[in-house]
Amino acid sequence: MRTIRVGSGAGYSGDRIEPAVELAEKGDIHYLVFECLGERTVALAQQARMKDPDSGYDPLLEERMRAALPVCASKGIKIVTNMGAANSVAAARRTAEIARSLGLSSLRIAAVVGDDVLDACKDGDLPIMEFDGTIKQLGNRLLSANAYLGAEPMAAALTGGADIVITGRASDPALFLAPMIHAFGWAMDDWNRLGQGTVAGHLLECAGQITGGYFADPGYKDIPDLARLGFPIGEVGEDGSLVITKVAGSGGAVTAQTCKEQLLYEVHDPKQYIQPDVVADFSQVKVEEIAPDRVRVSGGRGTKRTGTLKVSVGYVDSYIGEGQISYAGPGALARGRLALEIVRERLKLTGVAASEFRFELIGVDSLHGAEVSAHANEPYEVRVRVTGRTENLREAVRIGNEVETLYTNGPAAGGGAFKSARDVVAVASVLLPRELVRPQVRFVEA
Amino acid sequence: MKLREIAHSRTGDKGNTSNISVIAYDEKHYPLLLKQVTSERVKAHFSGVVEGEVVRYELPNIAALNFVMSCALGGGVTRSLALDAHGKSLSSALLDMEIEADSDNE
Repeated sequence: MRTIRVGSGAGYSGDRIEPAVELAEKGDIHYLVFECLGERTVALAQQARMKDPDSGYDPLLEERMRAALPVCASKGIKIVTNMGAANSVAAARRTAEIARSLGLSSLRIAAVVGDDVLDACKDGDLPIMEFDGTIKQLGNRLLSANAYLGAEPMAAALTGGADIVITGRASDPALFLAPMIHAFGWAMDDWNRLGQGTVAGHLLECAGQITGGYFADPGYKDIPDLARLGFPIGEVGEDGSLVITKVAGSGGAVTAQTCKEQLLYEVHDPKQYIQPDVVADFSQVKVEEIAPDRVRVSGGRGTKRTGTLKVSVGYVDSYIGEGQISYAGPGALARGRLALEIVRERLKLTGVAASEFRFELIGVDSLHGAEVSAHANEPYEVRVRVTGRTENLREAVRIGNEVETLYTNGPAAGGGAFKSARDVVAVASVLLPRELVRPQVRFVEA
Repeated sequence: MKLREIAHSRTGDKGNTSNISVIAYDEKHYPLLLKQVTSERVKAHFSGVVEGEVVRYELPNIAALNFVMSCALGGGVTRSLALDAHGKSLSSALLDMEIEADSDNE
């Protein structure tokens, strides 16, 4: 039976660089996938592209490609990534320049386009899934609308001879499903295979989160050598069989526990994990340790895909102002609470207009609120944090100022004040009929 | 005992919804999880954090539960005022839940 080895070289935009190089050098992999596109990143990239038509792709593209291209080219490892963000064609051109500057020639680079569906969304008045309202109601606050593409255009690019496939918004598991569809010729209505392939993609998409990252809890769940965490490899068979492993000698661990935690990560109903290509069913999945750092995952299934694609809509939501200051030693908690009371009153007295505030003490109740944190002991130090949502930047700035002025006007011995004010680009979702989304593949030669 | 003694957990986020897995270290404790870690108890445990409903999904094959909590992330990850906008630390709070040892399952 034919088997491919797919490495996961990044689990988010800012992820470590060298584990991907380790995978390419020592992982005996055929494909290296970089998942680098967060929920709102496309909206921010779209803003960048509006200022400069040659920008709008992942800011770390250059660093990742320079690190990975030489070894991938020499070993014939194909790269699949969503670092195209809002401009996959510019990302492909830049990658071609990088390849040439490294002395690498005859690489075929494919850009997948067509995820930008802003015009199609503007034409309809689609309801927003997260809150009451429609796209039209966002008016000029609307920045971007990008459909989550499936694996088909990426698989077509690989079949067309691409060494490197760069897409924008696509479903994360689809980045991994594409090499499987290409290598094994899986039919696009073979729902059970696509479902099991989605299990593989879902397990791999967050890179280090399945090899022991986001997992360690000393004394309960110990993981060796997290500073040299190895990134995962999926060994996928033509029949959909799957083993998760990593490079021998790298840090971290692949165990049944790490695989189970990642299986349910960001999953709602495990029977219906809705993807562009399939509705995957994780409910019958089994996980078995078959050797050290080798875990077999089986039982993923699937049913027919839906008639719509999820679209991530970026919009300017509001502004957020924030201020922080620390108190320590005996009475720190009381002084922190006094500081919060003062700022609360000052914001009222000076009439700062905000729709929502948070007043909290980092080290006491900032993560889970006063109720959940009620039984905690008194800490040695606390950090006051006040934050609020406003309609403009000027109001947001006033919130941090009211914390900073605690230096000379607040309780004794406050130190390390910090303030910030920023606009909030948020994302919401709509569902768009599938036939309105038309992905295409464009080739660039290096 | 604390839930932490028999189960591990991970939080994930999508919009304003948080999901928390609760996975038995040893599958013999799965019935204990089924009986005691109910959606009602989880909702009460996160009083002041989770404003919406809590739905529980059962995964007997991997001895795990998955809790889906709506209106749990301060309006959504990308706009929340919270320090931990993703709610990634919520799993640690859930593992602090008290569990009664059940002699039938020991």
